[in-house]
Amino acid sequence: MEVRGSTVSPAETMAGNALLDEVRAQLAQIPLLGWLCGTLLATAVEQTVGESLAKALSLPAIPGLFGLRIILSPLFEILLAVIQYRRDIPGLVASLKTIAPDLALIPGAVAFILLVYILPTLIVARLSAPLTNRLAKWLLDRFPLWVSLLLHLGLFYATLHLWGDISEYRMLILRFILISIILTLSLNLVNGYMGEFSCSHPGFMAMGAYASSVLTVLFFVNDDVFGAPLLPPAIGPFMFPLALIIGGLVASVGALAVAIPSFRTRGDYLAIISLAFMFIVKSVIENLEIIGGPRGFMNQPKWANLPIVFAWTAICVWMIYNFTRSTIGKASCAVRDDETAAGAMTINTRRTKMVTFLFAAFWAGVAGGLFAHVMGYINPGTFGVLKLSEVLAMVYLGGLNSVVGSIAGALGLQLLMEVLRPLELWKWIVIPILLIVLMIRRPTGLIAFTEVKIEDLLRPRQTLRSSAQVPGEGR
Amino acid sequence: MGRRLKIVIFSLVGVTLVVAFIFLASGMSPASFFQHLLNALQWGSFYALIALGYSMVYGVLMLFNFAHGDIFMVGAYIGWGIATGLVALGMRGILPLPNWLILVLTILLAMFFTSFVGMLVERVGYRPLREAPRASAAITGLMIGIILETGNLALLGAQRRNFPSLIKTQTYHLGPVTVTNVKIMIVFLSLLLMFGLHQFVRRTKWGMAMRAMAYDFVVVPLMGVPMNTIAALTFGLGSALAAAAGIFFGIAYPVLEPYMGILVGWKAFVAAILGGRGSILGAALAGFLLGFIEIFVAAIFPSTLRDVIAYSIILLILTFRPHGFFGEPYSARLRL
Repeated sequence: MEVRGSTVSPAETMAGNALLDEVRAQLAQIPLLGWLCGTLLATAVEQTVGESLAKALSLPAIPGLFGLRIILSPLFEILLAVIQYRRDIPGLVASLKTIAPDLALIPGAVAFILLVYILPTLIVARLSAPLTNRLAKWLLDRFPLWVSLLLHLGLFYATLHLWGDISEYRMLILRFILISIILTLSLNLVNGYMGEFSCSHPGFMAMGAYASSVLTVLFFVNDDVFGAPLLPPAIGPFMFPLALIIGGLVASVGALAVAIPSFRTRGDYLAIISLAFMFIVKSVIENLEIIGGPRGFMNQPKWANLPIVFAWTAICVWMIYNFTRSTIGKASCAVRDDETAAGAMTINTRRTKMVTFLFAAFWAGVAGGLFAHVMGYINPGTFGVLKLSEVLAMVYLGGLNSVVGSIAGALGLQLLMEVLRPLELWKWIVIPILLIVLMIRRPTGLIAFTEVKIEDLLRPRQTLRSSAQVPGEGR
Repeated sequence: MGRRLKIVIFSLVGVTLVVAFIFLASGMSPASFFQHLLNALQWGSFYALIALGYSMVYGVLMLFNFAHGDIFMVGAYIGWGIATGLVALGMRGILPLPNWLILVLTILLAMFFTSFVGMLVERVGYRPLREAPRASAAITGLMIGIILETGNLALLGAQRRNFPSLIKTQTYHLGPVTVTNVKIMIVFLSLLLMFGLHQFVRRTKWGMAMRAMAYDFVVVPLMGVPMNTIAALTFGLGSALAAAAGIFFGIAYPVLEPYMGILVGWKAFVAAILGGRGSILGAALAGFLLGFIEIFVAAIFPSTLRDVIAYSIILLILTFRPHGFFGEPYSARLRL
């Protein structure tokens, strides 16, 4: 997705529409498989020659996030310096001089992006297009859909792994993005597909995080509070999914406490109850001394590495995607649109709402468990109003009632927060302003109420030659 | 008229019963009980004043104004700026004013200016989204809140500000109970403001327009009631009350910091819902009730349990009265 957005450089736009159309036509022939091969090769290139190339381009190291921060942070610094020294010209000049070396890195970073990411991706994707088209068609024709899907996922994972392998920082960012995808999707189930306004997701996340952490620390870690491990730590990683599932179930049980009183009536009732619930969870955890109280809970084994988090995210996307298309998912959409009419159509509205809500809470709990085992430390302050704002912003930025929208929202906001980090304090002014503008321009979010069909995503694209020869044969 | 009287009598009896029950159950001495009662009145008046703003916006526009807690903070800072400025002018001898006049001016001017902040929030974050899904406006509200907090931090820096002490604290001893003039003033002025708001909403034409809008915001604009003006007025009034609460807070606990609005704001939001949609009496009562619960929980149990017990009580009340104290079940279709 990242690469596809940046394939058309501004210079080409200048050259006129004909060239643009040509580029578009060329790119339209590449199937998803081709793009994945391209990005995989690009990350492989970065693995092998990235270090020396970065040195040749006089960059200190391989740029962390596509070099975006190297490009943006000097610009931010200039802006801040101008604001700071409005009236003090010598001071401004002096501070600009300190920024100058950073400014000199920008061409190198741009060249790095072009050489390492864009060019290899484009070349490989385009050159392999005939081959990958045929392969995609063969896979779809000969085998069930899931074979092709698994191949795509495998390639995607390989790309992510190679890309993340460069630095700890990238690994961390990748896992945070994946976890926020789980969280956003599960909140979208309640706020989008069910049409309620739930504020308790940080609470469910905290429950899942604490429950699974207690389990793993109790059974597999030599801890000051919980004592020696009850089971040999060697089998720990295999039991980790079980701990996560139990964490999710604990969150679901907590969700019952919200669901039972609040689903009697409709309206903004759930918003209040769930908000109160979130504060109660946070406050209860702060009062439980055995799990650290307000100081937090640590010593979790860091088992949530990239493959684990990726696998859970894939399972979550798959399950929620299927859930939304299942009978109960459609029933919950019907309840959202008109509860009375849905009831008249023999939908058990109360049960539908319950199941959807508990299912969403389960995934929030799993996300919390993963989060705890990525960080190795959690404290109740993490799961507060700020987290709530973040998750809500991701859901509504991405768009309601759309799995793709949620993924885009989580990815977009997390990347934005990382890229704007050099702004320091001003980040929390720029991001809200961007979100407000976006909400006003697109009140329903980026991609709302639409869904990409997996078959459409994986299908081979018709090449120019074949479409010219046999019209209508491509699909 | 008879129904309203019944409601008032009913709620007064209810409050008295609750207070009496707490008194008997806690086993406190009467002196310490009245001491806590006074503290609770003061603490509750902050919640009540802020909750009124939430409740009015929610009543008229059916939207949550999540920036309201931060408007409270902005109001406190504006009050701090005016008070410090006036005191400094007095020290230099340019505009020597007596302290009580500075206080009155601070309250009035801060309410005036903060109401414009509220109208700005409405104009930027809510008016463009009135036809959009309701939750989108909740997001813009949250984001405006973050902007207000961070903007304050960026402009004024991280150090805490001390509210200038304008009135000399005098302590009266009524037997074993100690009363300060500041506390009495805060509670009295809060009640006065609430009464004023109630009169405004009941007696004036603008108030009638607001009530009509709360009754039906689809048909009433067709009758010639200017929706935008009413929405701005609602935000402005709520923000003015929040500013008053901010100044009172600054006088009672003279330390201001940019994030002071978050916790108080969310609690007042819960109080507003507890009172019932758009009900002024309900919001005020629920605000005081929340103050009572918090102070007495902190007095009887370890104070770390305050939030757990307060919110659990609220959950319990909402389970049995889903629409709050004075809210009526509404069938308006959600615009989600």
